[in-house]
Amino acid sequence: MIPGPFRYRRVRSVDEAVALLSQLGTDAKILSGGQSLIPMMKFRLAEPTYLLDINAIPGLDFIEERDGMLHLGALVRESTLERSSLVRQRYPILHDTAEVIADPLVRNLATVGGNLAHGDPANDHPATMLALRAQVVARGPNGERIIPIDDFFVDTFVTALQPDELLTEIRIPAPPPRSGGAYLKFERKVGDYAIAAAAVFLALDEAGRITQAGIGLTNLAYKPLRALDAERALLGQQPSEELFRHAAELAAQATDPVSDLRGPADYKRAVARTMTLRALRRALERAQANA
Amino acid sequence: MTATAVRGIGMPVKRKEDPRFIRGKGTYVDDIKLPGMLFMDIVRSPHAHARIKRIDVSKALAMPGVIDVITGEELAKANLAWMPTLMGDRQMVLPTDRVVYYAQEVAAVIATDRYTAADAVLAVEVEYEPLPPVLNPFEALKPDAPLVRPDREQKSNHIWHWEAGDKEKTDRAFQEAEVVVAQDLYIPRIHVASIETCGCVANYDPATDKLTIWMTSQAPHAHRTVFSLVTGIPEHKIRIISPDIGGGFGGKVPVYPGYVIATYATLKHKKPIKWIEDRSENLQADSFARDYHIHAELAATRDGKIRGLRVHVVADHGAFDAAANPSRFPAGLFSVCTGSYDMEAAHIQVDGVYTTKPPGGVAYRCSFRVTEAVHTIERMVDLLAHELGMDPAEIRFKNFIQPHQFPYKSPTGWEYDSGNYPAALQKALDMIGYQELRREQAERRARGELMGIGISTFTEIVGAGPSHTFDILGIKMFDSAEIRVHPTGAVIVRIGVQTQGQGHETTFAQIVAEELGIPVEYITVEHGDTDTAPYGLGTYASRSTPTAGAATAVAARKIREKARLIAAHLLEVSPDDLEWKDYAFRVKGAPDRYKTMQEIAFAAYTNFPFGLEPGLEAECYYDPPNLTFPFGAYVCVVDIDRGTGQVKIREFLAVDDCGTIINPMIVEGQIHGGLTMGMAPALFEEIVYDENGTMLTGTFMDYLLPTAVETPHWKTAKTVTPSPHHPLGAKGVGESPTIGAPPAIVNAVVDALSHLGVRHIDIPITPAKVYRILQEKGVAE
Ligand SMILES: Cc1cc2nc3c(=O)[nH]c(=O)nc-3n(C[C@H](O)[C@H](O)[C@H](O)COP(=O)(O)OP(=O)(O)OC[C@H]3O[C@@H](n4cnc5c(N)ncnc54)[C@H](O)[C@@H]3O)c2cc1C
Repeated sequence: MIPGPFRYRRVRSVDEAVALLSQLGTDAKILSGGQSLIPMMKFRLAEPTYLLDINAIPGLDFIEERDGMLHLGALVRESTLERSSLVRQRYPILHDTAEVIADPLVRNLATVGGNLAHGDPANDHPATMLALRAQVVARGPNGERIIPIDDFFVDTFVTALQPDELLTEIRIPAPPPRSGGAYLKFERKVGDYAIAAAAVFLALDEAGRITQAGIGLTNLAYKPLRALDAERALLGQQPSEELFRHAAELAAQATDPVSDLRGPADYKRAVARTMTLRALRRALERAQANA
Repeated sequence: MTATAVRGIGMPVKRKEDPRFIRGKGTYVDDIKLPGMLFMDIVRSPHAHARIKRIDVSKALAMPGVIDVITGEELAKANLAWMPTLMGDRQMVLPTDRVVYYAQEVAAVIATDRYTAADAVLAVEVEYEPLPPVLNPFEALKPDAPLVRPDREQKSNHIWHWEAGDKEKTDRAFQEAEVVVAQDLYIPRIHVASIETCGCVANYDPATDKLTIWMTSQAPHAHRTVFSLVTGIPEHKIRIISPDIGGGFGGKVPVYPGYVIATYATLKHKKPIKWIEDRSENLQADSFARDYHIHAELAATRDGKIRGLRVHVVADHGAFDAAANPSRFPAGLFSVCTGSYDMEAAHIQVDGVYTTKPPGGVAYRCSFRVTEAVHTIERMVDLLAHELGMDPAEIRFKNFIQPHQFPYKSPTGWEYDSGNYPAALQKALDMIGYQELRREQAERRARGELMGIGISTFTEIVGAGPSHTFDILGIKMFDSAEIRVHPTGAVIVRIGVQTQGQGHETTFAQIVAEELGIPVEYITVEHGDTDTAPYGLGTYASRSTPTAGAATAVAARKIREKARLIAAHLLEVSPDDLEWKDYAFRVKGAPDRYKTMQEIAFAAYTNFPFGLEPGLEAECYYDPPNLTFPFGAYVCVVDIDRGTGQVKIREFLAVDDCGTIINPMIVEGQIHGGLTMGMAPALFEEIVYDENGTMLTGTFMDYLLPTAVETPHWKTAKTVTPSPHHPLGAKGVGESPTIGAPPAIVNAVVDALSHLGVRHIDIPITPAKVYRILQEKGVAE
């Protein structure tokens, strides 16, 4: 559990980070909260030559709502997200998510940016961001680009970020009226990655019909999943227990989990259905309370 | 002196050891730093079973900072490639030709810093020729199974066969029985997973010709003797210091190869060597507990009277029999598995088997296999209740050993010292509102909800000796205490047992406070240094209070007898005219004429009677006349989530009886911790191997220790039935809850599903396992 040799550099600005990334290429790794990267280094699954520590970059930990969007800086810690009253009131699904990530010690360091950039299908934020149709802002040598979340997750531990790009910000559309979301995770014990987890976001029209549906799923395939068929089945419909059960079934069918110590694949699929169903119910309650 | 000033037996004295722990000022082995210290790291096998064809250390040796790479070849020259185990088997320190478990020690690197040592481990090249792993003990017993231990004369994987009880009588009880229930139970491999891993700092000082080893040891004296026997160094030239220990639970009783290699290295290099395992090494290679494949049968009459118990166990001991049971008990005290129930006959057979896994069979907070014993009987009694349609509480009342039957001779030969089982169960049922819970359960069932109530009424067996029956490698299992009262009435107590969180520094001080009438804050308890502490066998199997606790009381009483002579001298009366009352020697009939122990202590050095030796000290090596038999009645209430299979413990009540209670706060803490450690294997913990014998649960990400979040609010209560033979009436308590809790939880889960025809579930009861059952029974959501 001792990492191999590496060199360490604390960067002071986004520009400096990007410049060094361009110069050092794939030998370098960004160090954010270090809660995924350091364990991988200790197991020698990752042996970067350079660590570029971005924690001292000022102003990357903002949580603010403007221009119809929630803006989250890459360095926002999970514990900050968890305690933010703005998040708790306006984006309870994000609060749900932050609260079930790892344990308080990990959350004190882990960042939202790192949680997405790691590209780990077991991480919890990807599903939520998929359900919320978030955007990822990346800065590279040629400036800034915005990556829709649907294009962001490419493969296990692979994202659309280029080796010379820094994730700087995450943008989430502000919730319309009569909308609500929920994240429900089932884990073996606190601090564990999900056996299965579901993020659901619903918006209703005045008649109570579903006008927007987002469903993201955690740890159920080689990359974070969006349950497209389930979303489609919900659109334009009046919410009902029967409809939710149908949608949950479709979501479960979209999964492709592997059997491991968290349980056999068919069990994970069953839990995915249960989590989706329960998250749908909770999202609906919140949407209706938000009228 | 008043009881509140003395704060002796029965007082909730705050733990004397806590201020240093709370401030982060404990001293653990890894806190020991010596000038010139070198660091050791270990190359480990990636195979469960392989022949070693070649070890090339040249690249590692060429790395700057690498001092040495030690292999089995080299140790063999010093006759140290093998070491004896505490069970009379032998174990590889480093292999010369083959490895027999995944993560087995293969070579050791010595370097000037920890990081270089870790890098050099990767530079050691080992060529293996994989051999078929032997993972299932039943397969291992087949004649064509690959041999795990070709070094032995006996060319099979069978280690030993052990029996207890009366076969003929038992067979007869079964032939005549109206009802027989039978069940296979598997208790998986689990690991003690103490938060502090194992390690040592070994330092040979050529100037004094003395070897000092700081190590994570639950039994420093026994370990010193083993080290002396293994190395040939005379015992007085070895000093073992067991500093603060971050959890032992049985895992720090065995001697691990790392200790021996570090010792060899310090003798060779004449520099201090530090070796500290990392978490994965600890989980992968240190001794394991349980791994019992049990087949049990219970014979009874139609109306629910138990007649006999028949058990056969196949015990997976891994590649070396390195458990730490008393010599004559290779299956520990498993034969106490007739439990709290009176029956005519029992016959127990256990077969120990080698497999290509790390050495198993260490007692993990289980009093030498009593966890396995209690799990067996408590499950079987429930199975019988189900079979007969009886309430599990009723069947227990019907079969309990009754209070008037004590001392009770069990069918497997134990003499239970004292108990009142019906009282404990009745108290538990009343407190939890058993009838009301049963009504609620019926209502919920009608609604399709799954709720279960489980009972466990266990009997523990702790406090080995007596020495005529119990020894480890021939060393009798007594224990010791030495007390010195200084002129101002301040006391140092040294004990042969070794605390690892049990609170000895407090409870043993309370024993002395009570016996001598000296306030507890004037008493210091020391232990863990073989140069200063009296010889003892160490702390495990809940034996400290029954043995060293008794020794402490007896030594204190010896001091009191001498103090009586001094008090008589001071008061100018005959010793017979004095009585010990309210913590002082008082003149009979004139209680206002008295001398306190503080006054007497001063006189012992300044004004002692002519002809009496000065000073005030005593020691005792206590050989207990019998074991003690704590017991308890636990009730657990669970709800099951039909959508995930998750078991939630809604309520858990533990009524414990450990005889006289020395410190109720510490006992309650022990029970809370023990219940959590009982819940852990019931619902979470399991060591898992893949088909190649590779261990899959080598981090806390996959070896699931429950946290405060998973732990329910434990409710505790007590009854007090003193031990008739212990000087204080005390029994052990540390392991009762670990032993009693698992079957209570399993019984509750099975009870929740019993109307669906479920009779048994093996632990750990994971959500996936429960969900599969729900699916099979058509009730999954
Ligand atoms: C015991 C434990 C349990 C955990 N359980 C969970 C869990 O249940 N759910 C969960 O979601 N997570 C869990 N985590 C992971 C934790 O939340 C992650 O560490 C976190 O998601 C990654 O964030 P970080 O800031 O620590 O990233 P780091 O570990 O610092 O980095 C992770 C990766 O992302 C890259 N990176 C980081 N920031 C940027 C950036 N701004 N731009 C470009 N690349 C970047 C790094 O180079 C690295 O490759 C757990 C971690 C631990 C140690």
